[in-house]
Amino acid sequence: MNTTQTSPERSPYSEGNYYSEAQKGMNERIKRLRELSVNTEPSLSIERALIETEFYKNNYGKYSIPVLRALNYLEICKQKTIYIGDDELIVAERGPKPKAVPTFPELTCHSVDDLNVLNTRELQRYTISQDDIDTYAKEVIPYWEGRTQRERIFNHVPKEWKVAYEAGLFTEFMEQRAPGHTTLDGKIYRLGLNDFKKQIQSEIEKLDFLNDSEATDRLEQLKAMDISCDATIIFAQRHSDMAEKMAETEADAKRKAELMKIAEVCNWVPANAPRTFWEAIQMYWFIHLGTVTELNGWDAMNPGHFDQHLAPFFEKENKEQSLSRDEAKELLSCFWIKVNNHPAPPKVGITARESGTYNDFTNINIGGLKADGSDGVSEVSYIMLEIIEELHILQPGSSIHISAKTPDRFLKEGCKVIRQGHGYPSIFNPDIYIQELLRQGKTLKDAREGGCSGCIEVGAFGKEAYLLTGYLNVPKILEVTLNNGIDPVTGKQVSIETGDAKSFKSYEELYSAFIQQLNYIVDQKVRVSNYIDQMFAKYAPAPFLSVVTDDCISKGKDYYNGGPRYNTNYIQCTGLATVTDSLSTIKHHVFEKNTINMVSLLNAVSNNFAGEEILRQTIVNNTPFFGNDNAYADEIAVGVYNDLLAAIDGKPNTKGEQFYLNMLSTTCHVYFGKVMGATPNGRLAGKSISDGTSPSHGSDSNGPPAVIKSLTKLDQTLSGGTLLNLRFLPSLLKRNQDITKLSQLVRSYFALGGHHVQFNIVDSATLYAAQKHPEEYKDLLVRMAGYSDYFNDMNEDLQQEVIDRTENESF
Amino acid sequence: MNLHKSIIFDIKRYAINDGPGIRLTVFFKGCYLNCQWCHNPESISPQMEKMYTKQKCIGAKACIEACPNDALMLTPDGIKTNKELCKLCGLCAPACPTKAIEISGESMDYESILKIIESEAVFFDQSGGGVTFSGGEPLMHSNILLTLLKECGQKYIHRVVDTCLFASKEVVESVAKETDLFLVDLKHMNDEKHKQYTGVSNVKILENIRLLAQLNADFIIRIPLIEGVNTDTDNLQKSALFLSQLNWERKEVNLLPYHDTGKNKHIKLGSTYNYDGMNEPSAQCIENAINIFESYKLNVSVGG
Repeated sequence: MNTTQTSPERSPYSEGNYYSEAQKGMNERIKRLRELSVNTEPSLSIERALIETEFYKNNYGKYSIPVLRALNYLEICKQKTIYIGDDELIVAERGPKPKAVPTFPELTCHSVDDLNVLNTRELQRYTISQDDIDTYAKEVIPYWEGRTQRERIFNHVPKEWKVAYEAGLFTEFMEQRAPGHTTLDGKIYRLGLNDFKKQIQSEIEKLDFLNDSEATDRLEQLKAMDISCDATIIFAQRHSDMAEKMAETEADAKRKAELMKIAEVCNWVPANAPRTFWEAIQMYWFIHLGTVTELNGWDAMNPGHFDQHLAPFFEKENKEQSLSRDEAKELLSCFWIKVNNHPAPPKVGITARESGTYNDFTNINIGGLKADGSDGVSEVSYIMLEIIEELHILQPGSSIHISAKTPDRFLKEGCKVIRQGHGYPSIFNPDIYIQELLRQGKTLKDAREGGCSGCIEVGAFGKEAYLLTGYLNVPKILEVTLNNGIDPVTGKQVSIETGDAKSFKSYEELYSAFIQQLNYIVDQKVRVSNYIDQMFAKYAPAPFLSVVTDDCISKGKDYYNGGPRYNTNYIQCTGLATVTDSLSTIKHHVFEKNTINMVSLLNAVSNNFAGEEILRQTIVNNTPFFGNDNAYADEIAVGVYNDLLAAIDGKPNTKGEQFYLNMLSTTCHVYFGKVMGATPNGRLAGKSISDGTSPSHGSDSNGPPAVIKSLTKLDQTLSGGTLLNLRFLPSLLKRNQDITKLSQLVRSYFALGGHHVQFNIVDSATLYAAQKHPEEYKDLLVRMAGYSDYFNDMNEDLQQEVIDRTENESF
Repeated sequence: MNLHKSIIFDIKRYAINDGPGIRLTVFFKGCYLNCQWCHNPESISPQMEKMYTKQKCIGAKACIEACPNDALMLTPDGIKTNKELCKLCGLCAPACPTKAIEISGESMDYESILKIIESEAVFFDQSGGGVTFSGGEPLMHSNILLTLLKECGQKYIHRVVDTCLFASKEVVESVAKETDLFLVDLKHMNDEKHKQYTGVSNVKILENIRLLAQLNADFIIRIPLIEGVNTDTDNLQKSALFLSQLNWERKEVNLLPYHDTGKNKHIKLGSTYNYDGMNEPSAQCIENAINIFESYKLNVSVGG
C-alpha cells in the first residue's frame, strides 16, 4: 500500500478538510448563534437538583411514584430559569443558559469530589463555582445519600455480577442514567398536548376498577401523564410571556417583531398541533426538552425522520410564499444550534471511563423511506445537508438513509458533506434495518417509520423502548477462557472454571469452553439488567416520555414498564474482529500448522509478548485475519457472531418481550482494551480492541471491497445494528468522480446486506499535527464509533485509536 | 509462454484511477519498455524479484536460517543479499515474521485470476466498473490476456487494457476485439528521446495508436508529464497534433503528473535509479500542457 504522508503545513483546504470554510453560507444571525454555542464552555447547573431536592423533601410519600415524578417535573417547569437569547428564533434551554447541564441526583448524586474533578479535569470539563459546590454539599447530597437509584442498584447486585463488572467483562448502561434511546415518530406534528390530554382522559374514563386489578396503577400512571402535559405547556407559556415582555422594551423593530412571533409560537405549541414550519420545529424542541428535563435517558431524545416530518409544512408554506427556502434553513439552523447547546449530563465511575464525551447522541435521520415504502427524500433533506456542512458542530449527529429507492443525487450530496471530514453524516441502509425490525416482530408500517438512533441501533420510532443495557467485552471472555475463569489482569476468579487451556487437545475443545464462558457471562448481565429495568419501572417512571410513546396511554403503563408497543433490550457486543483474529491465530498456528505451541503462545500472551516480538510479528503478519475477504477468518467470525446471537437473542426481558443482539461499540472498545492483557492475535495489553464489526486496526490490507465482503458474510439482519468504520484520506476523494465512486462503494455494501458505514476523511499527518497543535485544529471533528467528536476532546488513547485505523489511501 | 499461467505482481481492489467505475486491476509483471521514471519498477522484469523493506526488519534472522544458499547476511544496514549466490528460490520471504522480505510476482493461472475478478462483481455492477489489465505490459502476456478478456466478455464484465502498445499488429488486433476500452500511454514523440528514456523506439507504438483508431477501438491517451523529459512545448504540440489527426471519437487525453514514488520501490528492489533531470511538473507546466491539448480540440484532463 502506498501511503502518502501529507505535510501538516499544507493548508487544510488542499486536503479537503475545509475547516476554515465552516461558516460559508451561514447568515449573520446563525454565525453569531453558532459562535456563542461553540465558545461557551459546558457548565453544571444545580438549579434542577435544588428544586427537585426541595420537592422530594416535602412530598416524598404523599403521592404514588408516577404522580410524584410528574409533580416533580411540573415543579421544575414552573420554577426553572427561562432563557431567551439574542438572535434566537427557536427558544428554550434545559438549563438556565446555553451549555448549562443539570444533574439528576435521584439517579446518581455526584459527590463533592466528583464535582471538583468535573470542574478541573482537562477533558470534558464541566465548570461549577465553589459556591455551587458548597450549596450542593449542603442542600442536595445529604438528602440523596442512600436514596439514589444507583445505590439501590448496587446494594442488590450479586457478587458474581460485581466481580465480572469490575473486571470489565461488561458495562451497565442503566446504573447511573435512565435507559433511553427514545425517538419520536410523526404524531406530535398532528396532535398537541391538549389532544394527548383528551386521550388520557378518555382512557381514565374507560378504567374498570372492578375487573382490572391494575386499574388503580393505571389511573396513577395516567394522572401522572396528564400532569406532565400541563407541566410542558406551562414551560412553553413562560417563554411566551417572557418573549412578550422582552418585545415591549425592545427598541429594534425587527427584533421586536421576532419576539412577538416567538410569543405567539410558544403560546400555541406544544398545547396545540403546529400549524407552520416554525411551530413544528418549536413543538419538537419543547417535547425534546421535556423528556430530557424529566430524566435525560441515554441518547437524549431524537426527532427521528425530521425531514419527513417537516417536509409537508415546508412544501405548503413555500408554495404559498409565506416561507422562503432561506427562512426555513435559518429556522432549522437555529434548531441545530439548540441541540449543540445541550451536552450530555456528566457521568462517573466506569461509565465515565467508557463514554467520555459531551455528545448526547441525538441522531437525525435524513432521507430513507416513508411509512408507505416510498422515497422519503425532500427539499428539506437537502437543506439539512447544507446545514450540517455549514455549521460543522458537534451536535446533533446526523445520518443519511440510503435505500435502493433513494436518488443518487441525495447520496452524492451526502458524500460531499462526508468529504469535508467532519465525520458525519453516517450512512444507513433502510432496506436492511427494516428487515431487522420485521424479524423482531414489528409491523411493516412501524418498521418503515423506524430507523437508527444514538449510534447505530434500530428501533420503531415513537413506539418502542429499545434499551441498550451495556457492552459485552467478547475478547475479555476469551481471555478469561484461556485462564480458566481467572482475570489475568487482577488474578481474581471472575467467571466459571472451564478447564486449563494449556491442556486443550483441539480447537473445538477450546471453542466450546469459550461458549460456556460466554453463556455464563451473558446470564449474569441479563439477570441484573432485568432487575434494573424493574427499578426504573418502580422508582423512576417517565410520565412525559410515556405521553409521546405509543401505546403507553392506551395501556395506562409507563415507558419503563411495558407501556410502549415494543419493548426491546439490547446487549452490545464489542470486539468481534479481536476475538476472530485471536481464535484464528490459535486454530491456524497451534492446532493446524503446529507452528506455535499452546503453552508458548499463552505464556507470551500473559507476558505481553515481552521478548517475543518475533512470535508476535509472525502472528500479525502470517495469520488469516477478519476483514480481508479471507474465507478461513471470515468463517470464524460468522461462527462467533452466530453464537453471540444464540447466547443473547430470545432471552426474556421483564416486559414479556426479549433481548436482542447489537454490534455497537461507541467508544467502549477503548475502555475494554484497557482492562485487558495482550491477546493471541498479537494485540498488546491495554490497546483498544476492535470496534463494532470493523476489522482490527491495521489488519485489513486488501482494501474496502474486501472489508465489505467479509462483513457481509455476517447475516446483519439478525442483529439490531452493526457498525463499520472506514477511514479515507482526502486524496481519495478529490474529484467529483471520486465522490461518485464512494457512493457506489456504499451502494455495493448495501446491496450485499450492510447495515451501516461511516467514513473518517483525514490523514495521519493532519491528526498528528492536531495532537501537536491542538489550538490550530479546534474544530477537527472525527467520527468515532457511531458518532462524531472533537479530536481535541479525546484523550490520547482515543486519538491514537483514530490514527491507527487503517488508512485507505491509494489502492 | 505458458498459455494458462502468468506472473502477476499485484491485484488491487477499489482501483478508482484505472477506468470507469470501481475496478479491480490486475498487474502483469514484465514490460518491453524500461522507462526511467517508472513508479512500479518491479513491474519491468518478467521474473519474480525479491523486495526488502528495511524499516520492517527486526533482525530476526529467520531469512538467513531459511536460505539454502547462504546468500543473506545481517549487516548494520539490514539484510544484504549476495546476488551471485541468491537463486531467487523465495524461501526467505515466508520465513520472515514481519514481511520485510517479500517476493514480487506470483505465478497465477487464469482460472484463479478469473475467480478473483468475478468475486468483485457487486462492485462492478453498482458502479459500471470492471476489470483493468495493467502491468508491466499486459500485451506481453497476450495468450492468457486474451483468454481472460474473452471469459470476462462472456460474463458481461467491462474490460480495460492499460498498455503502451509496444506489440505486434496481430496482437493489438486480436486484443482490440476483446477490449472495451484501452488506456494507452504516450511517452514521447521524438524517437531518439523515446529510445533514450524507455529503451525502445516509438515507431511501433505510434503505428498501433493509429491502428486502434482505424479499428474503431475505444481508447484514452495517457501522458505522463515529466518536467525535463517531455513537457517542452515542442513535444506537447507534436503529441497533440498527432492525436488530433486521428479518426478518434473520444479524443480524451489524461495528463498524469510525474511523482518520484518509484524511488521507494527501487530501494526495496536494491536496484539503481537515476532520476536526474526528471521533475514533478510545476502548476505552470501543467497549465501549459492543458492549453496546448485544448488548442487541438482534445478533451484533456489531469489525472485519470
